[in-house]
Amino acid sequence: MLKLASISLAALIAVTGMAAAQALEDRVTIVTSFSRDVTTPFVDAFQKKYPGTKVEIQNRSTTAGVAFIRETRSNPPDMMWASAPDAFEVLKKGNLLQKYEPKSEGIAPKVGSSPTHDPQGFYFGFAASGYGIMYNTRYLRANNLPAPKEWDDLKKPIYFGHVGISAPSRSGTTHLTVETILQGEGWDKGWASMLEIGGNFASVSDRSFGVPDAVNSGQYGIGIVIDFFGLSAKASGFPVEFVYPTVTTIVPANIGIVAGAKNQRAAQAFVDFLLSEDGQAILLDPKIQRLPVRPASYAKAPAGYPNPFTDPNLGRRVVFDGDLSEGRYELVNSLYDRLVTFRLKELTEAWKAIHAAEAAVARSNSAEGKRLIAEARKLATSVPITEKEASDPAIAGAFQEKRPDRPVAARQAEFEERWDAFARQNYAQAKTLADNAARAR
Amino acid sequence: MSLPAPRRVGLLARWETTPFHLICAGTVAAFLVAFLIVPVATVVFVAFWDGQSLTLVHFADFFRTSLMIEATWNSIYVALMAVVVATIIAVPLAYFTVRFRFKGAALIQTLGVIPLVMPPFVGAVAMQLVYGRNGSVNLLLMDWFGFRLPFMEGLNGVIFVQGLHYFPFILLNLSAALANIDSAMEESAQNLGASGWTLFSKIVFPLAMPGYIAGAALVFAKVFDDLATPLLLNVNNMLAPQAYLRITSVGLADPMGYVISTILVVLSVVAVWLSLLSLKNRDFATTQRGGGGLSKRELRLWEKIGAYAFIAVALILALSPHFGILMLSLATVWSFSVIPDAFTFAHYITVFRDAGGMMANTVLYCGIAALIDVVLGTMIAYLVLRTKLPFRQLIDQIAMAAVAVPGLVLGIGILRVYFDVKLPFSGESLATFWVMLAIAYAVRRLPYALRSCTAALQQLHRSLEEAAECLGGDKSVVMRKIVVPLMAGGILAGFVTSFATAAVELASTLLLVTRDASAPLSYGIYVYMQSAAGRGPGAALGVIAVVVVAIATWAAYRVAENDRARRAREGVAA
Repeated sequence: MLKLASISLAALIAVTGMAAAQALEDRVTIVTSFSRDVTTPFVDAFQKKYPGTKVEIQNRSTTAGVAFIRETRSNPPDMMWASAPDAFEVLKKGNLLQKYEPKSEGIAPKVGSSPTHDPQGFYFGFAASGYGIMYNTRYLRANNLPAPKEWDDLKKPIYFGHVGISAPSRSGTTHLTVETILQGEGWDKGWASMLEIGGNFASVSDRSFGVPDAVNSGQYGIGIVIDFFGLSAKASGFPVEFVYPTVTTIVPANIGIVAGAKNQRAAQAFVDFLLSEDGQAILLDPKIQRLPVRPASYAKAPAGYPNPFTDPNLGRRVVFDGDLSEGRYELVNSLYDRLVTFRLKELTEAWKAIHAAEAAVARSNSAEGKRLIAEARKLATSVPITEKEASDPAIAGAFQEKRPDRPVAARQAEFEERWDAFARQNYAQAKTLADNAARAR
Repeated sequence: MSLPAPRRVGLLARWETTPFHLICAGTVAAFLVAFLIVPVATVVFVAFWDGQSLTLVHFADFFRTSLMIEATWNSIYVALMAVVVATIIAVPLAYFTVRFRFKGAALIQTLGVIPLVMPPFVGAVAMQLVYGRNGSVNLLLMDWFGFRLPFMEGLNGVIFVQGLHYFPFILLNLSAALANIDSAMEESAQNLGASGWTLFSKIVFPLAMPGYIAGAALVFAKVFDDLATPLLLNVNNMLAPQAYLRITSVGLADPMGYVISTILVVLSVVAVWLSLLSLKNRDFATTQRGGGGLSKRELRLWEKIGAYAFIAVALILALSPHFGILMLSLATVWSFSVIPDAFTFAHYITVFRDAGGMMANTVLYCGIAALIDVVLGTMIAYLVLRTKLPFRQLIDQIAMAAVAVPGLVLGIGILRVYFDVKLPFSGESLATFWVMLAIAYAVRRLPYALRSCTAALQQLHRSLEEAAECLGGDKSVVMRKIVVPLMAGGILAGFVTSFATAAVELASTLLLVTRDASAPLSYGIYVYMQSAAGRGPGAALGVIAVVVVAIATWAAYRVAENDRARRAREGVAA
């Protein structure tokens, strides 16, 4: 029976394959979170290549896109096209994507340290992006600030109140940066770094684009953003620059075919087109500025265009453990929100006091002052749970969707309340210690 | 020979209800059940579900979480203070324009609506560019005086921005109420020796109280449930942004988001109920409907200067974000400077191709939505104030609850319930049919029209209807010929608020629009504002949205003015 089914399936594939060679459906609908600047050049080029097929773009935020696909199972759009890898994981786990093997040549199997396509074949990386630092040159000049180059630069007291980020719970790419830092530096040291950088934050935005928006307008000077936000803003004439720090993560932006898509052949052709030589060349457009996943495409790139396949710094330093990341995904987001996003005022006040105390102690050279500062720093950089606990299903499970195959964990709200209390208490105490250190003689 | 009208007996008599009222109640209930209760319930039940059975444990968690308690108090504080700020701006504006002979009163009333139209994203960017910590105002202050004012920092920033944004609710409703006061009341007071402040505080303002309370309740509920401004200012420790952040995280089935939403709904309804309680046992209704409102008096010169100065300051404050949007739409690059580097019309050319269709769609959807709202709002107000139908208060409260339902939740609910319902002939899904977008807007904006209509009816004395009924009009005729025309001012205020705010609704739009051809302006703005290059075109669409609303508002006032003038003439003739 099974054999019969697989034979008929093979026959079906053969038939559809043949049909694909003949004609595509007359339309294909794509749900995307990309702006028109990104989608229009691809759509125009695709329609030129396949004049009989009309591409219909539905712009939705990633959240709305995922919700739309979930609610329209009976007659879904054909494709999902977006950056956030977590959105595709959610769709894949919900059986809302279908497998396909793109007919493309010359695509690198890996970009950075992660595979370009989903290993199970449910979604496909068509462009790579790396995280880095974007800054407003006018702003830095007006405030007499040097341009930052590395993550560690952002810890410096001179940048107090000048840095912005989007919350990892709100942006799949920020999450990857946080996870990369945690894996690259280790759990305790990674959190310590992030809390110290957090001490300099002007704000934590609720959407990825909020950060480049604020840097472009000059509301704050420095943003931790994904490369194309910085590069495309610069190409649009804003006085901004973008740099990759030594430790960065390169992640693919993806496209997937929705399960039950009506316009199969056109959808598959669109995937193939994105990965083709012509499709990849469009990524170099100044308004798009994403990194092709086809190494040969860099031959046409302007000088200085970042190339993850030749630049050893781009994303190769950190070996990314996907399973480790997945097991604690929701927990890391929630923990970051408790320690940074929702307690930003308390965190920045603590670090302001520490910076002031360090400046005072540098003059007074008080031993008591140094001891107090060390204590304050310890409080302002500690996390409430250990790395081992963070991967313990009994704890991490509290943050995941309830499923019969998962052990019953304690409730999310209980952990969150504990972490919130931990953060408030530590930051308040760190501030008091630092204030005392500044007065110590 | 006509039969004597059958005497109403039993329940209908006890409820002071006629079959016409039952039809109204049925229509309203059907609409609310179909497009609010069922869709929202299919999404929000997670709050009461622990995986296997019904539970209240998530609510217990809410009250055990200190962040949530803090957020609740912050939200209540901000909402109350925003009412105070909005009152300070709106009451003088309403009073000046209605009470005195004033050049440009219609213009001021129209401009007073504009702050409600804050296009998504564009408004946020413009607000930051004007009032942000490195916005134009602060850059100038820095240059001239060497300090900054934290307009947009923390809870006080939220209060400032919300007060500027929502004062039109009070302005519109209070103006409608003031215009409804009969000059005879004022003249009697003057004959008894009252004038100036005494006249205002003892006679005029109390008589307009239903309008003020309606506006203030709306400001409170809207600010309490608003997430755009706190998110714009990155203030997270309030209830609405907490709910939003949890509901809209990708793939998260976190019950706490829905718990917060439920609590938002309950607190909003309680607030409106309390505001209505403050009007209870007091009668605001007057019967005389003579010359159409208060007599208008000339201002003395120094009064005139003071009034104009106040109006100028208030409108400049409230409209500066819109001026910012205008500059943004004409700017090449605007970054860390008081004004843009250079100006261009290129962004308008970019959006020219799409803008026409989007404008037409916006007017169509929002017009239908606002129409549905005032019809339902009038029906509900009438049922609540004029009948003793059981559960009539509940209908009012459910309709009000819509103010706190996140657009995303309503959108998901509508897709869930109606996606598989196919339209006859075309076979298109009902959920993605454009009419559904208008209905979703109507549901979300119903509270605004409802409060305006209720306030208008509170000012209308019952004896007028009774007189009409004695003269033989049946309930539906009385409603059409007497009640609705006399409520016109309030209904218009409701229409304008619903229309203006629906024009910039984004959350439900993003879920329900499936084709560019049926997209409204808010969708276009969203699409552009996702990239640095799209900032200018997005702002250009924002300007178009503001202009569309301004024209619609102005037209509505002209119609209303003409109508009032006509009625006044007829009244004199009679």
